[in-house]
Amino acid sequence: MRDVLRHHLFWPVAALVALLVANTVARPSFLAVTVRDGHLFGAPIDILRTTAPLLLVALGMTLVIATRGIDLSVGAVVAVSGAVALSHIASSPNPDSPVTVLTAIALALVLCLLLGVWNGFLVSVLGIQPIIATLILMTAGRGVAMLITGGMITTVNSAPFKVLGSGFWLGLPVAAVIAFGVFAVVAFVVRRTALGMLLEATGINPAASRLSGVRSRTLTWTVYTASGLFAGLAGLLISADTMAADANNAGLFIELDAILAVVIGGTALSGGKFNLSGTLVGALVIATLERTVTVLGISPLVTPLFMALVVIAVTLLQSPRMRERLTAARRRQVMAPAEPPSTARPDSTPDSTEVKA
Amino acid sequence: MTQQNTPPVVEMTGISVEFPPVKALDGVDFSLRPGEIHALMGENGAGKSTLIKALTGIHSPTAGTIRVDGVERRFSGPADARAHGVSTVYQEVNLCENLTVAENIMLGAEPRVLGGLNWRAIRRQAATHLERMGLDIDPGSSLGSHSLAVQQLVAICRATVGDCKVLILDEPTSSLDTDEVAHLFTVMRALRDDGVAILFVSHFLDQVYEVSDHMTVLRNGTLVGEYVTADLPASELVQHMIGRSMDVLEAAEEVLEQAERPADATPLLQVVGLGRKGSVQPFDLDLYEGEVVGLAGLLGSGRTELARLLTGADRADTGEARVAGRPTRLRNPRAAMRHRIAYTSEDRKGEGVVDGLTVRENIVLALQAERGWMRPLPRKQVDELVAKYIQQLGIRPADPEALLRNLSGGNQQKVLLARWLATAPKLLVLDEPTRGIDVGAKAEIQKLVAELAADGMSVVFISAELEEVLRISHRIAVLRDRRKVAEIDGNRASMDQVVELIAGGGAA
Repeated sequence: MRDVLRHHLFWPVAALVALLVANTVARPSFLAVTVRDGHLFGAPIDILRTTAPLLLVALGMTLVIATRGIDLSVGAVVAVSGAVALSHIASSPNPDSPVTVLTAIALALVLCLLLGVWNGFLVSVLGIQPIIATLILMTAGRGVAMLITGGMITTVNSAPFKVLGSGFWLGLPVAAVIAFGVFAVVAFVVRRTALGMLLEATGINPAASRLSGVRSRTLTWTVYTASGLFAGLAGLLISADTMAADANNAGLFIELDAILAVVIGGTALSGGKFNLSGTLVGALVIATLERTVTVLGISPLVTPLFMALVVIAVTLLQSPRMRERLTAARRRQVMAPAEPPSTARPDSTPDSTEVKA
Repeated sequence: MTQQNTPPVVEMTGISVEFPPVKALDGVDFSLRPGEIHALMGENGAGKSTLIKALTGIHSPTAGTIRVDGVERRFSGPADARAHGVSTVYQEVNLCENLTVAENIMLGAEPRVLGGLNWRAIRRQAATHLERMGLDIDPGSSLGSHSLAVQQLVAICRATVGDCKVLILDEPTSSLDTDEVAHLFTVMRALRDDGVAILFVSHFLDQVYEVSDHMTVLRNGTLVGEYVTADLPASELVQHMIGRSMDVLEAAEEVLEQAERPADATPLLQVVGLGRKGSVQPFDLDLYEGEVVGLAGLLGSGRTELARLLTGADRADTGEARVAGRPTRLRNPRAAMRHRIAYTSEDRKGEGVVDGLTVRENIVLALQAERGWMRPLPRKQVDELVAKYIQQLGIRPADPEALLRNLSGGNQQKVLLARWLATAPKLLVLDEPTRGIDVGAKAEIQKLVAELAADGMSVVFISAELEEVLRISHRIAVLRDRRKVAEIDGNRASMDQVVELIAGGGAA
């Protein structure tokens, strides 16, 4: 039991379960999954699909944060990706051709990869602070997306492209299959190769890592590039869902959700040790939370406040210091009646008893 | 001096501290009287730091009582302890480099006026404190602009602000040179004569003998005894600390005697006119297999800078290097590693260990980095390698999955050594490998160095302790003012000769 409580995934999973329980209480059929036209339907499936883009962005964000960095530009990259893909399809004479769609996807991904390379260059070669370096693209990226779409919200009809957003494969949403698949592959590669350890070493002590021969610069550059690429893929999933390229609103604030998912998952923003399974749970928590708001019928006016409260609760439970205090308080309650006060408590200052229970 | 009949200001009885399953302290008694300098002695992991932390409230003892001025207390933390007159200065200077000296000294005890800070009084009071310490620096200058030694003295100055009854100095001298140590001791004696009780932790035995009145010896978390310094010979002290005799220390020397280099040997690494602007003047140096070359010189004489050029940690802007006769450029640590050159930095915490990773990960780091991330070392090979070095170097705890930050300084140093030994280096450059570690671990490392050289490795050994350099080096390069000024035979050199060279007289 103690080991379960101490496990790094305990609190994120507990939060997820609590949210699911709350939903089921409010709507008993919440967890029901039915088969319709050979596809799976139901709230859990919807959650998987809405998690998909966030999961991809949070995946890149986790790797970046592991190197002591942060990538604020992912939201803008999502917008650029959607804008490029949809504009290409819109301008093509044959929007339903697989060739057009594949070209659009390739164009968008390559451009987003290059945007990631740009971020990585600023951080690893020029040594600009990550928050500033990626802030540049965070603002400039939406401008680029705006230029590509000409300031309009481009709507497109293209059956093959739409599959990415709302299609099903083997009964599961295509978007979820792609995102969870990419996530699994990356998680496997990171932990089966030495990449994870070298990233953590770089994040914890860059100077020592350099002296030990770790190619910290290349690694850092790589994670920003990967973050750009994953954000690009997320942008494709999002734009295929709406089939509209909205330079201003696509992926808006997704960088904050992604950072939140990483933090809820137990990876510290100070870098070093990271935890991809935690990020996965974190992304699910956020997607479920958004769903909860609708299920519980919470007014849109208080939605942000409600979400903030849940997030605060989860992060507090995550914080080791907070947990220490809670356990100390609990232990004090348990112990107090068992011991006679004269021997149990040295008659010292009141603040010394507070922590030293 | 100490009055045996004055009541102790700190009295700790039966203190136990546990980090399950480890018992870090087991029923230790300790008392500290006003107006004495009391040394706390013991090997790494003996429980010195734990005892201090139990006193200042960082660790909570599972048993025992702590009395300060006769009142039983459990402090909630260093700030609480300080408020009750127990101040601590740690080995690493925990100050804010970006603030001024005055701000650092008065931090948390600032005089106030009308709800705001009284900056003029801050400056004035800080200046008074500095003067009392005999420190002639501008209180308005930023702390970061001063040397580590001055920062250390400022930290002590800060600790004595307010009503300081007990001053704990944890390894205050490890980064100071001889003059600075002498200065510090003057300050300590002055404080003692004012009635302050000083608890002093140091690995330098001669310093302990010079300055302390009493000593308490710990071993493996238990109390060995309390002694009057003047009545306890150093050899007995060491035996108390390590629980065995000094033989290990002598062993290093015996191993060393054997080495003899053939006259026509090609140097493993030969550098000519290697230098870097603002770091170290161009120098020549030949390093041979099976030879230990010591670098001697004062703090800041360019010892570390020279080592960094040899190992690619810094890039040289003049001169050339040859490895086994072939010209090469040591542009970065990786380039040096390709030639099997390894470097352990003097800054163990900042540039050596990765404290958030495990012992296992720290040991394989360099080897793995060299292979690249795509070719992970097979787990079985890793486990064998790690087990081998844990056993060979006696790393404690012998747990590959222990986080490095939970190891003592000496064990961290061993892990760092293991990291480089795992890469099978031909040249091993060790910058202060024995700083801040205890006698036993120090002797083990010296012995290891001698053995490695006997097995054909070339070693560059840097230490602020001349005695140590003299003991284990075949050859000694002497540095002064960022220049290599002499190279002498280590077997024939005498302490006086080297000191004279360092000081600037003599042959150079």
